[in-house]
Amino acid sequence: MRALHRFNGGVHPPEHKGESTLRPIQQPPLPEKLVIPLHQHIGNSAKPLVEAGDTVLKGQMIGKAEGYVSGAIHAPTSGKILSVGHEAVPHPSGLKDLCIVLAPDGLESWTDLQPIDHLNMDPSTLRNRLRDAGVVGLGGAVFPSFIKLNPGAGKRIRTLVLNGAECEPYITCDDMLMRERAREIIEGAAIMRHMLHAEEVVIGIEDNKPQAISAMREAAGQSMEVVAVPTIYPGGGAKQLIRVLTGIEVPAGERSTDLGVQCFNVATAASVYRAIRHGEPVLSRIVTVTGNVKNPGNFEALIGTPMDHLVDQAGPLEGSDGAIMGGPMMGFDLPSTAVPVVKATNCIIVKSDALFPTKPQPMPCIRCARCAESCPAELQPQELYWFAKAGNFGKAQEYALFDCIECGCCTYVCPSHIPLVQFYRYAKSEIWAQEREKKAADLARIRHDLRQERIEREKREKAERLAQKSAQAKTAEHSQPEQK
Amino acid sequence: MNSPYLAKSPSVAQIMAKVLLALIPAVAAYVWFFGPAVLVTMALASATALALEAVMLKLRKKPVKPYLLDGSALLTAWLLALSIPPMGPWWLIVTGTAFAIVIAKHLYGGLGSNPFNPAMVGYAVLIISFPVQMTQWLAPLSIAQSHLDFMSQLGYMFFHALPQGAQLDAFTSATPLDTLKTQLHLDKPMAAIMSMPVYGAIGGTGGQWVAAAYLAGGLYLLQQKIISWHVPAAFIATIFIVSGTFHLIDPAHHASPWFELATGATMICAFFILTDPVTGPTTPRGKLVFASGAGFLTFAIRTYGGYPDGVAFAVLLMNICVPLIDAYTQPAVFGKKK
Amino acid sequence: MLDAIFVMSGLALFLGGVLGYASIRFHVQGNALVEKIDAILPQTQCAQCGFPGCRPYAEAIAEGRADINQCPPGGDANIHKLADLLGVEFKSLNASHGEPKPKSVAFIDESTCIGCTLCLQACPVDAICGAPKQMHTIIAQECTGCELCIAPCPVDCIFMIPIQENISNWKWKQPAYLKGAA
Ligand code: SF4
Ligand code: SF4
Ligand code: SF4
Ligand code: SF4
Repeated sequence: MRALHRFNGGVHPPEHKGESTLRPIQQPPLPEKLVIPLHQHIGNSAKPLVEAGDTVLKGQMIGKAEGYVSGAIHAPTSGKILSVGHEAVPHPSGLKDLCIVLAPDGLESWTDLQPIDHLNMDPSTLRNRLRDAGVVGLGGAVFPSFIKLNPGAGKRIRTLVLNGAECEPYITCDDMLMRERAREIIEGAAIMRHMLHAEEVVIGIEDNKPQAISAMREAAGQSMEVVAVPTIYPGGGAKQLIRVLTGIEVPAGERSTDLGVQCFNVATAASVYRAIRHGEPVLSRIVTVTGNVKNPGNFEALIGTPMDHLVDQAGPLEGSDGAIMGGPMMGFDLPSTAVPVVKATNCIIVKSDALFPTKPQPMPCIRCARCAESCPAELQPQELYWFAKAGNFGKAQEYALFDCIECGCCTYVCPSHIPLVQFYRYAKSEIWAQEREKKAADLARIRHDLRQERIEREKREKAERLAQKSAQAKTAEHSQPEQK
Repeated sequence: MNSPYLAKSPSVAQIMAKVLLALIPAVAAYVWFFGPAVLVTMALASATALALEAVMLKLRKKPVKPYLLDGSALLTAWLLALSIPPMGPWWLIVTGTAFAIVIAKHLYGGLGSNPFNPAMVGYAVLIISFPVQMTQWLAPLSIAQSHLDFMSQLGYMFFHALPQGAQLDAFTSATPLDTLKTQLHLDKPMAAIMSMPVYGAIGGTGGQWVAAAYLAGGLYLLQQKIISWHVPAAFIATIFIVSGTFHLIDPAHHASPWFELATGATMICAFFILTDPVTGPTTPRGKLVFASGAGFLTFAIRTYGGYPDGVAFAVLLMNICVPLIDAYTQPAVFGKKK
Repeated sequence: MLDAIFVMSGLALFLGGVLGYASIRFHVQGNALVEKIDAILPQTQCAQCGFPGCRPYAEAIAEGRADINQCPPGGDANIHKLADLLGVEFKSLNASHGEPKPKSVAFIDESTCIGCTLCLQACPVDAICGAPKQMHTIIAQECTGCELCIAPCPVDCIFMIPIQENISNWKWKQPAYLKGAA
């Protein structure tokens, strides 16, 4: 048995996972149109490769990865491109972003897939394959996986952690995936182990998912260790799970590979398997649809499926009032349910007043430190709140604002019902904006200085030339009479 | 609305309600041993506190209802009422409460922003301004030479009128701590002092049971996770160790550590006053430093100071240090521990 | 009474001495101060402050030749920073130098541009590229929005377009709060 470690704080919100695990994963009918955003991952937006009017095949690349940190985007089914333009996307801002709109033709005609045998490939070829297959972290962070599979020269990875903890209430997509497709996950983990030369693979699953644990144990056999970890939110945070399974604490801003561990979501492992062994890019993902619906459950949804298409399948109930993407602790309000499913969409919760009553009015902070007791990052949320509210961002950074994982535990326990995380999100985005401005100002300063220098130089050169000319003229004048 | 969409009770009002509930046993013990006058004091203080709180909230343009219902003003009133002599004249109670609510709480920014414990500010103002009234404690019923019926007590509180022939001295007495100080001054041996009727078994007739009731209430708060163990444990341990050391060295001039724990305001302070989150540090280590400091000062003021009990001043002095303590006891964050 | 006067004036003298010493001892050297001021200024290089760019204005402030409230692109936020840095009172923007505007970038209508290069010479950060007699275009990332290129254009083909909020520059707002609470 592996000795488990623990992390500070954490909370036990009501789980609400039973409702959506009653049925197996369902295949929704093909929607009338798919809206596929080009920015579904951390990093640069993909560059569109198609135009309105093009016909595309299922699995065909329609957006190319741009720059290093990026991922490709593919046509989830065959059909015709209706437009490339700005459409509503699932983002807390409610703003539009560049999307490709595809009308499926219902034929599902595939492009040529090229499965490869990973054992005969060097890791860098495999990484390129993953980049072109658009494989990103499907746990919600959507960081391009190929980057995490590049440990860097001379770095040894001891432990590959597979994250099946799924700690956030309501979400069950990983649970169902592990129950039904354990083999794909294990095969994917084997590929990643091969790429990282990892000594061991440890799969952490919270002990409230006994069926997933036994399915995964059966598929893993002796090759990998499946560990039941205690159920506590946010035990499925990558840093928290790494801590629980290995005792290692990965500080903010450091790569976990430098400490010899790397962590992937189970769904990511499954998509690695599909991308390598079947040559199949990421075209769909499992999405939990739950909350105020008649038949909560999990759907294998094509990327770009409008969310209301899935909600209709689950049957929305009376009193529905908007929806959340993600879980109730870290998710966000959707601008509307017409936005498409993206690679980060693990869960759609239809809201109602009964499920999520409005919170009482915030009161002043009474410094009770319950927030600090619950904080898995061991921060002092009450101090951060104070600094963020006062606009004292420098001080907030000094108190490790950027170590905050925005898990929401502090806000959950605060007896004054202060929207603490909101203040941290606000402070972080203000700091980023300031940094952007600073960069722009520095660039302008440099360019202005260069220009000044150039003007000076040109002036000087001109003056020199003039001087030369007049000197020449003078010598000419002088020399002339002598010739006489 | 933004995530998290879920919230867990208790709210501030529920926390305060539990603290008030935890004070009930002590109030009951008080009534049992010293008579019901304390209930009048508490009622008067509560009414004053709530009225002034409402006025101040209005003046500061804050929503009155949620703040009035948060229970913090009531708690301040109760703590102050339990700290001053139960049969003090009405203006004493009103003045103390007014100071606590208006000056110590609202002028410093109201709930959450006041650096000093309001109840202790009220107490400190009273003991400096009205030392005589503040040391006339009711004698425990069991040893008082005579005692007043409830109506006459009311008469004394509101009209300063005593029934015919009644002597103030007959039913009031100094507290055990106060007596200890004066008697030691008269060079009485410790054993003789401790056998005076006012002392009871450990910390004072009646008083020790009130202290036990505070302890019980405090344990309830611990069990309910309303307070953390750091503050009471550090405070009690410090008083015990420091007074124990002095007692061992010089038993003739220093009472036993058990006496120090069971007497005066030690217990109410440990569980109800020092644990006020607003005026205390937030870090676990900070809480230990804060409470030990308060314990040390309490003992020092009791032993060397001019006031009968040192708790209020000890608390206020430590309140000043809170920002410093917090700044120096910041725990290391995840992944950045040495 | 006399004692009190002595004590107070003694104290005043002493503190005055300390302050005087501190101001000499901790005086920020000229150039370092200019750097610090320049780091606060927005580098729009628009010359609205009355100086030919941010750095000359920074020098003027450091030498006490200019007030701190003359830079419209920096707005009140920057004046606060300058006031903090220099230890002087905040004063609101001097409107005679202009009003703050939403940040914009210039855009050249390329169908009208005659390639006269006048804008190119005006741009303080060389954000316009093009050669004589060819149409010109603006590198949006490098344009500071100073508007200096607009006036010289003989065919009025340059427009300022305010920067739109998009997903990459969108910011979380400060939480709306119970009025008056906390
Ligand atoms: S939990 Fe809320 S009230 Fe308590 S210290 Fe934290 S922010 Fe303040
Ligand atoms: S949201 Fe941030 S501060 Fe709050 S508990 Fe989570 S990590 Fe800590
Ligand atoms: S007004 Fe323009 S040139 Fe002057 S400091 Fe401000 S941005 Fe720079
Ligand atoms: S392009 Fe025009 S507005 Fe932009 S920096 Fe150059 S001169 Fe200023």
